[in-house]
Amino acid sequence: MKPTEPALLAGISTEYADMLLLRFGEFTLKGKNRTRFEKTMLRHVREIVKPYPKARLLKEYGRIYVELNGEPAEDLLEGLVKLFGISSVSPVKAVRPVLEDIVEASLEFIGRINPEPGTTFKVNARRVWKDFPYGSQEMNRLVSAPLLKAFQALSVDVRTPELELRVEVREQQAYIFCENIPAVGGFPLGTNGKAMLLLSGGIDSPVAAWSSMRRGLEVECVHFFSYPYTSREARQKVVDLARVLSRYAGTIRLHLVPFTEVQTSFAGIGQDNLMITLMRRAMLRIATALAEREGALALITGDSLGQVASQTLPSMNVIGRATELPLLRPLVMMDKSEIVALAQQIGTYDLSILPFEDCCTLFVPKSPTTKPNLNIVERVEATLPGYADRLAEAAAAAITVEITPHGDERPADEADLIPAVKEDWF
Amino acid sequence: MIYWDYAAAAPPHDEVARTVEQLMRLHYANPSSLHRAGAEAAALIERARQVSAAALGVLPGEIRFTSGATESNNLAIKGAALQYTGRGRHIITTEIEHPSVYESCLQLQAMGWEATFIRPDAYGMVNPSEVAAAVRRDTVLVSVMHVNNEVGSVQPLSEIGRVVKSANPRTLFHVDGVQGFGKLPGGPRDFGADLYSLSPHKIRGPRGTGLLYVKEGVQLFPLLSGGAHEGGIRAGTENLPAIVAGAKALRMAAERRGEFVSRILPLRNRLLAFLRGIPEFTVNSGEEGAPHIVHFSYPGMKGEVMARQLEQLGMLVSTRSACSSRLAEPSRVLLAMGRGESTALGGIRISFGDEHTASDVGALEQALLGAIKALKIVEGGMR
Repeated sequence: MKPTEPALLAGISTEYADMLLLRFGEFTLKGKNRTRFEKTMLRHVREIVKPYPKARLLKEYGRIYVELNGEPAEDLLEGLVKLFGISSVSPVKAVRPVLEDIVEASLEFIGRINPEPGTTFKVNARRVWKDFPYGSQEMNRLVSAPLLKAFQALSVDVRTPELELRVEVREQQAYIFCENIPAVGGFPLGTNGKAMLLLSGGIDSPVAAWSSMRRGLEVECVHFFSYPYTSREARQKVVDLARVLSRYAGTIRLHLVPFTEVQTSFAGIGQDNLMITLMRRAMLRIATALAEREGALALITGDSLGQVASQTLPSMNVIGRATELPLLRPLVMMDKSEIVALAQQIGTYDLSILPFEDCCTLFVPKSPTTKPNLNIVERVEATLPGYADRLAEAAAAAITVEITPHGDERPADEADLIPAVKEDWF
Repeated sequence: MIYWDYAAAAPPHDEVARTVEQLMRLHYANPSSLHRAGAEAAALIERARQVSAAALGVLPGEIRFTSGATESNNLAIKGAALQYTGRGRHIITTEIEHPSVYESCLQLQAMGWEATFIRPDAYGMVNPSEVAAAVRRDTVLVSVMHVNNEVGSVQPLSEIGRVVKSANPRTLFHVDGVQGFGKLPGGPRDFGADLYSLSPHKIRGPRGTGLLYVKEGVQLFPLLSGGAHEGGIRAGTENLPAIVAGAKALRMAAERRGEFVSRILPLRNRLLAFLRGIPEFTVNSGEEGAPHIVHFSYPGMKGEVMARQLEQLGMLVSTRSACSSRLAEPSRVLLAMGRGESTALGGIRISFGDEHTASDVGALEQALLGAIKALKIVEGGMR
């Protein structure tokens, strides 16, 4: 499942709609936890709807209706289809529960969709209000007859219709809808716990973050920087990436870890080809310490099998042993082109390809090993004086920023540049 | 002397001039430099980006700084065309665009692109359905200005943006917002624009700086290469004093728009009524136009002669848009609006700024009467 492209968002019948019907993703299957998932879902939908004061929410078993009351359907739709846990959205027309009104609205609906000649179609009516004079089967006939008459382009196919007009008759109102606009699916954010993601600044890790959030994980990010060997811009790029991710999460906590000391301690020990392995293991250890501090129960990386030396299976084996936490790798079996396409849709791609040196591209040996030996790696680590303390110090020195989509939050150590910015110049 | 040429260039606010001076002295470092002074300069640019974005109601990352609206328009049109050649080689604009848009489209035409120029009605208004009808599968870009710089007509941009996208969701929509910002409501988001150009010096900011809003996700082929400045689409060391002071001008113009319009509109309407009462003149602007531009023609009298006469009487006016006024040809805009050649040669543009008062308008009216009288005597003598 991919994030829906903005161009495809506007349903044809959106302008005509009075309500939006939101269907939930697969979490509706989850027996006892269902109520908890649905409550969280409702809270997240309420956040999206908040800027539209006239819109009202109506919760039903397995769905939420957004009554528009004049609020712009298209704008709301744009936010709702990106909301984790929503599987699809249908623009709905609400009319009085009388046959004439239902038929009239159905005609208008199909007219707007303007079906191509030969389109197969069926009406799927459901009588929820049992006092309504016509039964569901009868309604199918009563609604489809005038439609077939008005639109020569339509022909009936009750099994696999291209167009299915749904009619639900309730006591207060009858609902008519047709289009199913696919949404992002997954679980409501945070309903599956919290994990710590290693955010590098490349293309993959932001996609791993988005994929994890879509599975209902709350994601905190950790980034390693090596001043003065890496630039301010490289770190700012990661802050900017976290800001894009925060659009999907509301807030992203980003931990910036000064990595210079750890990284330089690996230099000059005559193990150049193990450099990447040692670095990655150190990162996992620091991330583990932060995860424990923050109450996260797993680590996430953007590893994709075989992509670089540190992502071969032997490397993953040796590197992954540095942590006891579950190590989640959402992209492990994806092709690069799929990851790139996702990054573009999420909106992180353009940032990710900005060319700044980060601590992984720095001090890269000429031939990093693709088959590190665990025994050797462990022995090398054991010979590094004060290694564990250095890792603990790095974790303790992490600078934490809470990043919001439209905020201007900066890492605390950048505050010293702000005096240069005199507000009366602006 | 009273200055009536705000649409060509508006005098900078004192605060703007002060900001430019202080920044030139204090923050001369190159924002790309790695040292602390460079970092401070970069922080100022980023703050300017935020302030500008807030004034336009967009994201900071969607703002690109250029050298002016001419560059913004060139970059929007040719940058999009070169980037998206794969989508097609057709472009749509109008007959009444600023030369920086119009001629960019002519350049593309010379390079083998197809260009459709939409003709406005007699009031200088473009019909959205005509634009929509011109959009094809291979249309890369539609460019329509917000307010015409010569006659002040206001284009129905929200409608145009909507119909363009529904005709082809992949077609980009560019708006030259130079004469509209600070005068009329609406920003790039309201218009559904992917690209939007602005020039701070039209709103009492500094010269030598411009803005281009580039909607997130839209790519442009850089016209100036040589560095990763401005998101990689515009190389060149940033003009820091002008960028910061320009952001200030943008903020002030956005904040003061309501006040400006309520003060200037009655003066504009008074001048329109006065001009309509003079039989020698044809008025080319209307009440539905932008609040700060009034354009009229003296058919048979070259605009240039009228402008010189008015200058002798203490009034500085334009014959048409400043970028075209040195041409001795009839106005392309007026011809497109269906005016005859003598009307199109005899145009005068009056443009208001926030410092004008009722007595200034009174003085202008007297000067106009005086100019007609003086010119009639000469005309009569020549016959």
